[in-house]
Amino acid sequence: MTHWLQRTALAGLMALTPLVALADETPVKGATIVVTYKDDIATLDPAIGYDWQNWSMIKSLFSRLMEYTPGTADLVPSLAESFEVTPDGLTYTFKLRKGVKFSNGRDVVASDVKYSIERAVNPKTQGPGAGFFGAIAGFDDLSGGKAEGLSGIETPDDSTVVFKLSRPDATFLHVLAINFASIVPKEVVEAEGQDFGKKPVGSGAFILKDWVIGQKLVFEKNPNFYVADTPKIDGFTVEVGQEPLVALLRLQQGEVDIAGDGIPPSKFLEIKNGPDAADIIVDGEQLQTGYVALNTRVKPLDNVKVRQALNMAVNKERITRIVNGRATPANQPLPPLMPGYDKDFKGYAYDIEKAKALLAEAGFPDGFETALYASSTDPNPRIAQALQQDFAAIGVKAEIKALANANVIAAGGTEGEAPMIWSGGMAWIADFPDPSNFYGPILGCAGATQGGWNWAWYCNKDLDARAIAADSMSDPAKKDERAKLWGSVFTDLMADAPWIPVFNERRVVAKSKRMGGPGNIYIDPTRVINYDAIYVKQ
Amino acid sequence: MIELILRRLGGALMILFGVAAITFMLLYALPADPAVQLAGRSATAQTVANIRHELGLDQPLLLQFVHYLGNLVQGDLGRSYTQKTEVMTLILARLPATLILMVSGILVEVAIGLTLGTIAALNRGGFVDRLVMTVSFIGVSAPQFVVALLLLYVFAATLQWFPMSGFGTFSHVVLPALTLGVLGAGWYARMVRSAMIDVLNQDYVRTARAKGVAERAVILRHAVPNALLPIVAMIGIDIGQFMGGVVVVEAVYGWPGIGQLAWQAIQQVDIPIIMGVTLISSLAIVIGNLIADLVAPLIDPRIRPR
Repeated sequence: MTHWLQRTALAGLMALTPLVALADETPVKGATIVVTYKDDIATLDPAIGYDWQNWSMIKSLFSRLMEYTPGTADLVPSLAESFEVTPDGLTYTFKLRKGVKFSNGRDVVASDVKYSIERAVNPKTQGPGAGFFGAIAGFDDLSGGKAEGLSGIETPDDSTVVFKLSRPDATFLHVLAINFASIVPKEVVEAEGQDFGKKPVGSGAFILKDWVIGQKLVFEKNPNFYVADTPKIDGFTVEVGQEPLVALLRLQQGEVDIAGDGIPPSKFLEIKNGPDAADIIVDGEQLQTGYVALNTRVKPLDNVKVRQALNMAVNKERITRIVNGRATPANQPLPPLMPGYDKDFKGYAYDIEKAKALLAEAGFPDGFETALYASSTDPNPRIAQALQQDFAAIGVKAEIKALANANVIAAGGTEGEAPMIWSGGMAWIADFPDPSNFYGPILGCAGATQGGWNWAWYCNKDLDARAIAADSMSDPAKKDERAKLWGSVFTDLMADAPWIPVFNERRVVAKSKRMGGPGNIYIDPTRVINYDAIYVKQ
Repeated sequence: MIELILRRLGGALMILFGVAAITFMLLYALPADPAVQLAGRSATAQTVANIRHELGLDQPLLLQFVHYLGNLVQGDLGRSYTQKTEVMTLILARLPATLILMVSGILVEVAIGLTLGTIAALNRGGFVDRLVMTVSFIGVSAPQFVVALLLLYVFAATLQWFPMSGFGTFSHVVLPALTLGVLGAGWYARMVRSAMIDVLNQDYVRTARAKGVAERAVILRHAVPNALLPIVAMIGIDIGQFMGGVVVVEAVYGWPGIGQLAWQAIQQVDIPIIMGVTLISSLAIVIGNLIADLVAPLIDPRIRPR
């Protein structure tokens, strides 16, 4: 079983700065920091919270069986001390770390793991993440309201949890590391009911001390946390309702340590060219791809030649300039950091003449009229305009429909409604660093339903079969083979051109000069801000 | 008097019912499905269906509305879709900040407006009058966002006289109140000016002057009280408006008022919060107008109910 404990060193991630405290920096002991966000924090209930602000806070309040090494996508056992998998990939047995306590003082035991995951799946919880646990035996019964628990989770003793799967799932260890698999104490959840999200109790690196609704949340270090030397700060206060522009001003004056909403586009160049740029801007790659979904069920986009022509019409370099160069042009759905990314794949090159010829071949020598949906938040309408101009160059007149996110999502999930959607502002960021997460909901047949997120309404049975085959390869020895198989799914589907992959956007966070550590703990691929790892330097 | 209050409160109930019905129907007629929004990107169709069922969104609209009204009568505004917290808790948490900003904003507005309006009226047609009117015109047409950021930049970021953001002490309220006050004062100044000019041309003022009453006494005892009537009505309107939240000012100064709550709820299609805030601010408008109607007779005996 030792080979299971080997870290999955992912080639793509080696490019990131390794997580070591920089040579001339020592973390200051006892420091507390201030973080700001514009929007209120919705909930800290791990079964419900699913936005990029509460994601990192929930990570630090609760513990899970599996975790990632800070700043990387390397899976390591966390609340689990060790684990074994049967050769058929259908049974996972976890041994829990001893002596881990919830912040209310009670020991974490195996039945808490069973309870927490059943709670995440139970329809009564109204949790968005239920589907991730679909491989656990008994899932359909609980999700369909026919059972109260998951028959596939057994707890032979207080420190052993056994998962029985109904099908092999190569992503299962990732699933146990996502927030929805966080361990919660049953008695507290039952006492608080729906208010648990405001009064969370977990066994993570931090404890929520105080929450003044609409104003601030105060987090304090968990003195009993089981990971050595973690966290490195004594606490952090999250101030909400802070306009990004004002947060940045406060950051420059030293009142704020991390401006969570980043740098507003209007200030970016000024800050970037300023004297402190290197100290305060953190710019990092994330598992994200911005794309235009081309609806394969709307005329004339149902014609593959039309979709290919549109792919060739987009000047991606120009669009990256609209976001101040905070993005890299993309040619395939997978972002470069994701296992399976094919760096030799060329995709569709920018070529207006060839695009026009293809359109003519498809029977549209004079182009056609269509509509492009986009989020109404900056810079998305501007990107939509650039796309509109690019399409106009080959004769395609696209009317821009800039709407609130919820309305774009609704249009995308309605069959035959939106011919083209620019995904910016709603773009896909991976839930966990595995290529399968970039397929099922957004490009697979299962997502091409009413209310689904497959806005291209693309359904290729052959690729679906290959996806299932790849996800059945749960033997870690086949990790590379599996990544390759996944990679080919994404490059092969580009022949059908259901998307125009436009760019991979980098995330920008602004931090005060006293904050130390490498950039990838401020833009952690699995956490966004990694509160467990960040520190104040001397 | 009692009869007036009761009649108005009865009317208020009707208005609230109407507001509730219209807002409810409009919100649920939106194409954005709250269940899809909540379930997020990775959700399966089963998850979305489960969430829809748990929230009762799969029931007929009329039934949902009756259910909502039933809870409302018991003072239950329901729970937020995204936060799962009681809407009443969320609104009550933000009520103190909203009330403080409302009262202080109106005080600044009236103080500036009354002073400028009076000065302008006394210098009618002169340079000062034109200056005041120009300034007040700029005031009423300047965008909140610009004025708020300008004040913040000058007095908080550069001079550092006041904190940039937050809530809790007197110095926190100065800039937000000043922003509201500067922007709203223009309306009051114009209103006071025209009311005063009107009053100053009245026979009784001429009589008073002819009797030899000092000019200061003429203005303070006769002119100002009469000019106050429209002001009182305007304050009533402002009470309602500010209680609904002043989104931009709250956002710039990080002020934890109701406006921010409403704005975020709209983004997230969190219908129970939107409903709650709409009802509370409608109630505030009704109450604001009621207060104005009750105060007016105290100032002007002519409209005292017999």
